[in-house]
Amino acid sequence: MSETCAVKKVTEITPEEVARVKEWINSAEYREKNLARTATVINPAHACQPLGAQLVAHGFEGTLPFVHGSQGCASYYRSTLNRHFREPAPAVSDAMTEDGAVFGGQNNLHEGLENAYNLYKPKMMAVFTSCMPEVIGDDLNAFIINARNAGLIPQDFPVPYANTPSFNGTHIHGYDAMLKAIMADLTTDKKVEGKNNGKLNLIPGFDANTGNYREYKRICNEFGIPVTVLADISESFDSPLDGTYRPYPGGTPLAEAADALNAQATISLQEHASKETIKWFSSETEAPVEVMPSPIGIANTDAFLMKLGELFGKPVPASLKDERGRAVDAMTDAHQYLHNKKFAIYGDPDYLAGMISFLLEMGARPYHILCSRGNKKVGKFLQALLDKSPYGEGCQIWINKDLWHLHSLVMTDPVDAMIGDTHGKFVARDADIPLIRVGFPIIDRVNLHRSPYIGYQGAINLLTSIANTFLDIVDRTCEDKHFEMMR
Amino acid sequence: MAKKLRQLAIYGKGGIGKSTTTQNTVAGLASLGKKIMIVGCDPKADSTRLILHAKAQETVMDKVRELGTVEDLELEDVLREGYAGVKCVESGGPEPGVGCAGRGVITAINFLEEEGAYTPDLDFVFYDVLGDVVCGGFAMPIRENKAQEIYIVVSGEMMAMYAANNICKGIVKYAASGSVRLGGLICNSRNTDKEAELIEALAAKLGTQMIHFVPRDNQVQRAELRRMTVIEYSPEHKQAEEYRELARKIDENKMLVVPNPLTMDELEGLLMEFGIIEEEDEEIIGKAETA
Repeated sequence: MSETCAVKKVTEITPEEVARVKEWINSAEYREKNLARTATVINPAHACQPLGAQLVAHGFEGTLPFVHGSQGCASYYRSTLNRHFREPAPAVSDAMTEDGAVFGGQNNLHEGLENAYNLYKPKMMAVFTSCMPEVIGDDLNAFIINARNAGLIPQDFPVPYANTPSFNGTHIHGYDAMLKAIMADLTTDKKVEGKNNGKLNLIPGFDANTGNYREYKRICNEFGIPVTVLADISESFDSPLDGTYRPYPGGTPLAEAADALNAQATISLQEHASKETIKWFSSETEAPVEVMPSPIGIANTDAFLMKLGELFGKPVPASLKDERGRAVDAMTDAHQYLHNKKFAIYGDPDYLAGMISFLLEMGARPYHILCSRGNKKVGKFLQALLDKSPYGEGCQIWINKDLWHLHSLVMTDPVDAMIGDTHGKFVARDADIPLIRVGFPIIDRVNLHRSPYIGYQGAINLLTSIANTFLDIVDRTCEDKHFEMMR
Repeated sequence: MAKKLRQLAIYGKGGIGKSTTTQNTVAGLASLGKKIMIVGCDPKADSTRLILHAKAQETVMDKVRELGTVEDLELEDVLREGYAGVKCVESGGPEPGVGCAGRGVITAINFLEEEGAYTPDLDFVFYDVLGDVVCGGFAMPIRENKAQEIYIVVSGEMMAMYAANNICKGIVKYAASGSVRLGGLICNSRNTDKEAELIEALAAKLGTQMIHFVPRDNQVQRAELRRMTVIEYSPEHKQAEEYRELARKIDENKMLVVPNPLTMDELEGLLMEFGIIEEEDEEIIGKAETA
């Protein structure tokens, strides 16, 4: 550590020293050091692969998520889902320990599969991994075949599996791997040459907003398009409280999922969270497989609805056209409170793309855009969106940066508000700006996962909460002489 | 008509000549017009030097170390073409004593799959795998949908045969749940006594074949000094013909079996039969020379 370094080695920290460092971490000098940091990550805006895999597993009928790996890891996925939805997230783990690491995890997996099958009576078990079995190279395929041959689970009982090492990729990659594995398993030998069941396969992507799922189904319903949502968590994590505990509420019916290769079309609404699944669909079916932007904001929703119309030969229903009109009206009423406001946003690539599109439509500026796990391609993909609008000028994309980097960014190059999940609250508090909670996980506000942010209704919800947040601040902080009845 | 890609893994005791044999055989197949990729699965990264005329190829894990992530890695950064269009990749790995080399193999092979290295024009993929089947990572090349044929390089030396037998135990484990099979033993001669007969006998007990007996010839070393295979260095030499012969046999091989590994007693019995070890004399066990 050099003489000039601002943080001195101290045994006793004086209040003055605390105040000095508190000030210093907001400085341009600190920002430079912070942005140069590569070896450590502080508060990243993503979770690990198995968490995404578990979310998918919950979205299928009667499915028990099965973690091959350590127990503590399994607790993390469960508790994060549980805190976000305020619902139970039942899953099991085969609790690998030291001996499992040395001898391989086959014994754990076998005992776990046998127990879980007999105790919890699932219709399917979706197996995914924590880090340990991935590092030692456990061969899940072989282990599961051996379990069947040993009679621990029936030969025909579905046990799709996905390799989901936490040290690689993020929750969106685990989501993708697990979804592909489940679909490949369920559809085996179910494709019928020349059959078209007239349905749409809809892949929302990693989306932990049950309201969004209901909204997708409502939109398809308005069109009169029968839809299979892959995977549908809307009931799994938002089931009625009626005094009866159901271990597996809702989920995409397995028979319906098994028929997916005979569908009329497949649409994914998160390109980055469904790459492998889309590749698989494209190779397995001749029916159209489309990747559309997440329908956040007006333009993206328009594109989604037009695509639905095109694929199914149906006009956009009048009810949805009216809804669009109402959303545009809501935008007009609110736009003056969003116009030219600067925002910091963070999260997954596809969510960011949707949010950028929405903010630019409102004449707002997605000023700091942070993706904590991405590559150059993701950067180019987001930049292309900024380049389409004058409001995108000067906005900055930060790939592979974390929320502590974002702290430096908003302290030295401020914004009016942040939009994102709960993890951003520390930065927002230090910067004394509001955090509008959207995304996953939201563990410090209630019921937001029930409020959709996709489609026209979602656009109304988003702009309402953003505009009113600013108005609340004005009312709370303005001088008496400016405290108006009407805003 | 779409070609059927054959994926082969070469195993064997460390220092037995796996990499040399693999590269000469691959060069032999390439000279027969086959399209081939070699995937070196050894942290030493010496599986492709004779094909590329290079000291050491830059490995997947070298580039990952440099970039700090596998995500920004491109196939062209690590895939090289050498003699007769043979594609070469080395997985590489950590320095000795740290990290996990097995995971390096998994990372490298996953990367190759994701980036589309397994192109439809390929006839063969060869995995040259370090030493014994030591952990899950080094068994990665023989998982389902990867190598389905294994060849074991062996010689008439006792430890090489022990290792070959151990590898067969590993194959049995994977064969139970998948389609991986043993294609045969390649005898890389060390000029030990009755070597060919011994390996023939071992192969028979394992239920497989000695697919070829590669005689020892210094021409191999002369070619290696120039970082070349014998096939390329001196295509007319009789040793080059030996490797071409091995290549032809592998190309035409239909004998793929689940081996029957020997017990320790059976293996020692075989070695005694050929006079490699002597009849056990309880009197001499654990006694020093001067005692």
